[in-house]
Amino acid sequence: MLVVDDGQDEVFRALADPTRRALLDALVARDGQTLFELCTRMADTGVTSSRQAISQHLDVLAAAGLVHVRRQGRYRLHDLDTTPLLPLRRRWLRPDERTDR
Amino acid sequence: MKVTITSVFVDDQAKALDVYTRLLGFQVRQDVPLGEHRWLTVVSPEDPDGVELLLEPDEHPAVRPFVDALTADGIPGLVLTVDDAAAEHERLGALGLTFTQPPTPMGPVVTAVFDDTCGNLVQLVSAAPAGDAQP
Repeated sequence: MLVVDDGQDEVFRALADPTRRALLDALVARDGQTLFELCTRMADTGVTSSRQAISQHLDVLAAAGLVHVRRQGRYRLHDLDTTPLLPLRRRWLRPDERTDR
Repeated sequence: MKVTITSVFVDDQAKALDVYTRLLGFQVRQDVPLGEHRWLTVVSPEDPDGVELLLEPDEHPAVRPFVDALTADGIPGLVLTVDDAAAEHERLGALGLTFTQPPTPMGPVVTAVFDDTCGNLVQLVSAAPAGDAQP
């Protein structure tokens, strides 16, 4: 079977989990959040995953390019990057629906 | 049985004493010379007979890797209850302390996290302002 690799698997895989989507929601609030802050925000929205589980979800989001991890001084901070979502938005639009170009 | 003393590891006792008394408002309870270090505890003036916080030298080789790993993930080792976390964020920020998390409503409380400059992250907690509490 011939499957064309469109390079989007990681993004779709990253989005195919409610906890990871909730993490993206939490990152909309502000960039530069620590794991601890994200875990606190998760708990506040009713997600009861362990800190270790949240950390692994963040790894998946980072592999898909949706989250960037940066070191600032002694802290590891997480930023949201929605760039990988833009191709998904345009992909199935018909030419006359593409208002963004 | 009750908690009487708990500790934070600090990289410099003199600096820690300044931060915890002058900036945070604690009072010295015990200050006993102990070789090159001191047995140094502080208490809250709101609870002078309450839990003492021991400012303990971080000399043990296990301490730095442990504290650094927690700090990298933003995990505080100490929680302080205040009347108004937002007001303390403004006050302590103006005094030069770095917050890794600004005041953020979390259900019935507002929390914030700052770096004590001695190696530790500290969380501030206050009750959410009346009317802002989420169900």
